[in-house]
Amino acid sequence: MSDELLFFTEVSLAGLGSGALLSITALAFVLIYKATRVINLAVSEILMLGGYLFFAAAAGFGLPAWIAIPLAIIGGGIVGAIVERGVIRPMLGESAISVFMVTVGLGSVLVGLAELTWGTDPRTLPEFMSNTPIFLGDVYLSPKIAIAMAVAAVVVPLFLLLFRFWRGGVALRATATDQAAAYSCGINVPGVFSLAWIIGCATAAGAGILLGAIGGISPAMGVFGLSALVVVIVGGLDSVAGALIGGLVIGLVEALAGTYLGGEFKMVTTFGILIVALMIRPYGLFGTTEIERL
Amino acid sequence: MRIATAKQSYSSDEALLRTNTQWAWMGILALALLAAPFLLDGYWLYLACLVTINVASATGLNILTGFTGLVSLGQAAFMAVGAYTVAVLQRDVGTPFLFNLLAAGALTAIVGVLVGLPSLRVKGLYLAIATIAASFILHFVFVNWQSLTNGPSGISLEPATFFGAPLTSNFHLYWVFVPITALMVLGAANLFRTRIGRAFIAIRDRDISAEVLGIPLLRYKLLSFAISSFYAGIAGGMWAYFFRVVTPESFPFITSIFFLAAIIVGGMGTILGGIVGAVFMTLVPELLRFLVEWASPFVPNAGTLLSPVRTVVFGALIVGFLVFEPQGMAEIIQRIRRFFHLWPFRK
Amino acid sequence: MNEAPREAGRLEVQGLSLSFGGLKALRDVSFAVEAGSITALIGPNGAGKTSMFNCISGFYRPQQGRILFDGENVTARHAPARAKLGFARTFQNIALFRGMTVLDNIKLGRHAHMKSNALQALAYWGAARREEIALREEIEKRIIDFLEINHIRHMPVGSLPYGLQKRVELARALAMKPRILLLDEPVAGMNREETEDMARFILDVKEEWGTTILMVEHDMGMVMDISDHVVVLNFGQVIAQGLPSEVQADPRVVEAYLGSGDPAALMKRINETQEAA
Repeated sequence: MSDELLFFTEVSLAGLGSGALLSITALAFVLIYKATRVINLAVSEILMLGGYLFFAAAAGFGLPAWIAIPLAIIGGGIVGAIVERGVIRPMLGESAISVFMVTVGLGSVLVGLAELTWGTDPRTLPEFMSNTPIFLGDVYLSPKIAIAMAVAAVVVPLFLLLFRFWRGGVALRATATDQAAAYSCGINVPGVFSLAWIIGCATAAGAGILLGAIGGISPAMGVFGLSALVVVIVGGLDSVAGALIGGLVIGLVEALAGTYLGGEFKMVTTFGILIVALMIRPYGLFGTTEIERL
Repeated sequence: MRIATAKQSYSSDEALLRTNTQWAWMGILALALLAAPFLLDGYWLYLACLVTINVASATGLNILTGFTGLVSLGQAAFMAVGAYTVAVLQRDVGTPFLFNLLAAGALTAIVGVLVGLPSLRVKGLYLAIATIAASFILHFVFVNWQSLTNGPSGISLEPATFFGAPLTSNFHLYWVFVPITALMVLGAANLFRTRIGRAFIAIRDRDISAEVLGIPLLRYKLLSFAISSFYAGIAGGMWAYFFRVVTPESFPFITSIFFLAAIIVGGMGTILGGIVGAVFMTLVPELLRFLVEWASPFVPNAGTLLSPVRTVVFGALIVGFLVFEPQGMAEIIQRIRRFFHLWPFRK
Repeated sequence: MNEAPREAGRLEVQGLSLSFGGLKALRDVSFAVEAGSITALIGPNGAGKTSMFNCISGFYRPQQGRILFDGENVTARHAPARAKLGFARTFQNIALFRGMTVLDNIKLGRHAHMKSNALQALAYWGAARREEIALREEIEKRIIDFLEINHIRHMPVGSLPYGLQKRVELARALAMKPRILLLDEPVAGMNREETEDMARFILDVKEEWGTTILMVEHDMGMVMDISDHVVVLNFGQVIAQGLPSEVQADPRVVEAYLGSGDPAALMKRINETQEAA
């Protein structure tokens, strides 16, 4: 394998790795949107919070990773439950934009609280993953990225299966299709809302731990969520498959653009793709088209 | 209690201010604005100028988001276009102050129309996200079009001259900014007395029915983008003359959220809302500063707490108003008004 | 601006077909609405009446057929262009703009006929000012008095009772300088008294303004009372048309509404319509 090709392959793999992280974060968006029709921008900050909760548990209290990780994920879920019950449910029936702005405000509150608690300086998470380099033939692959890919490979199919076969998943799909009808069929719609927020936020917190392990944590790390938002818009807001494929594509493109064009092209390429995608397929590659009626 | 407001002609019933009370309030406001620069010290005069600029921009965003229902998270980027236009014109061409501001408005209006083009296909949150994308792309342009924008280090401006008089201090700038912003607010109020303003509201309330009633949707959505960004461009131009340095980081993405928050807190879709929202949201961080200074003897390193506390309060205001007072402060003001109209008879 | 109502227009629909995917909503529909007449479009639920209306006002594009207005083919025109031409409609589920007062809702109807541009509007100067005040005066004199809604003109539409909302919608349609009024279920959900009021207003519009009126309506009493011509749709096809009395007596119409009571006949009818598709 020539050096150039080798380099290209390594960059691509790293891109797919961060794409896998994007996919997991995008899942949090999709899950919450599917059930409640809310684009929850606070997913970005829950992700940040997940990283910090892990940091607090592992570095602050010295707990081992296998306890700290579930704790952080559960913490994310609890925050999700509180937020849903406290401020999202009273907004039921308000315009999508108002609810979106509520989540933007929430994000700001969470960032401020994190800054108050842990300060504004970036920090590194304690090592909990193996550092042994992985070689596929000649191609070097960072072990952390490999783990991110492995997690995505487990989590995404798990979500697909849950949606399809689990009772709660079916209830969620029913709620997504028609809230009133689902409610009159005896589905506990408010329960579904809570569930979606809990699982979504827990997922985001988990993604935050992985992201923090790779790049360190800071109160501003929620910016990652913006890229994940692009992923869900490109993939389709209500599509799990769209989140997976969109995440990988955006991750790959960002890595290639960042390497071959320069770091400053990363964001602009992502958002360029977004605008093109919106113009060609407004509801995403795999999303459901909304039909307008008089 | 107000008994009646009888009118002799339809034109007087179509006027902006219809009662003596409204005229009286307007007079008090005008007097206060006239007296302010002589009474305020340097710091408060600085804030007064900043508030004025923000009122202009928030009113512009209110036209687009509050009245037309097109949510934009690109207001900061639009202001940046205006600021850069002014900076470049002053540096390279040396055209006069008012011309530069108008050019900033016009160029930003064109950029606004381009950014609004996705409204051809998408609306609602999708459009909001398209405007986020547009702001990041504009930021990229400001950083990388080195020959024009001088890259990350930005452009410094000489003080503006207004018909020969240099505008060096905030005292001078106040006398230019306040009339400009007052005209812009008046323009916005006028707009909603005419067919164009009605078309905007119709698009916000029921876009498809509006089309069947004779309103070409795309043209009016783009017009709304144009007018709104014209306002943002002028506000950005004033900003450039005020701070006298423009860099890509002068208008971060959070500024767009700030303006959206301002009209939410003030009241979307009312002229008054844009004004009170901008005033309130500009002053809250300053009030928090006083609070933190006051608390500093009692709280260790209170100074480092200021920024996070501002962030929390900023978010909490957005959430609180949306949940408890979705019509914003303008609705609270209306409620007080109604109370006095009915006084002493009330439910 | 205080001009006489515009001349009534004649609408003709020729061989119109519309389908959504595999579902044929309209099949080869042809009928005419004579200038100055009241024509009613009736039929059981799902017969395609509202689809027909949406084609006429330009919201749906039919796959086949033409829509002629005073002989001019308007099939390709967009909804706003048709509004300007004189197509004014009301909606089945009231489409008033909640953020505006009654007066502003009515004024909105005139939009397509006004000329002021954005600069004039921002300054409220010159043409914009003259146009707005003339419009206000005309609406007050010709529409608000006429429809007896003086007392609510400054109220937000959201707070009005249903019957009044329907009347404001009619007012807005009248402000559109209509040459043909398209009324989608003008009395749906109204009680007897409100229905009679609305019927009177519709007749008055015909008398005083001379406007052509096409309406979709389920209230057979009202349809038979005030229409000059009735078109009956069933399964997307015209099954009868003519004078109210003729249509009422037509066995196909009776069958469409009541069914034949015979399952075999029903199956036969369904098969026929499927073959026709």
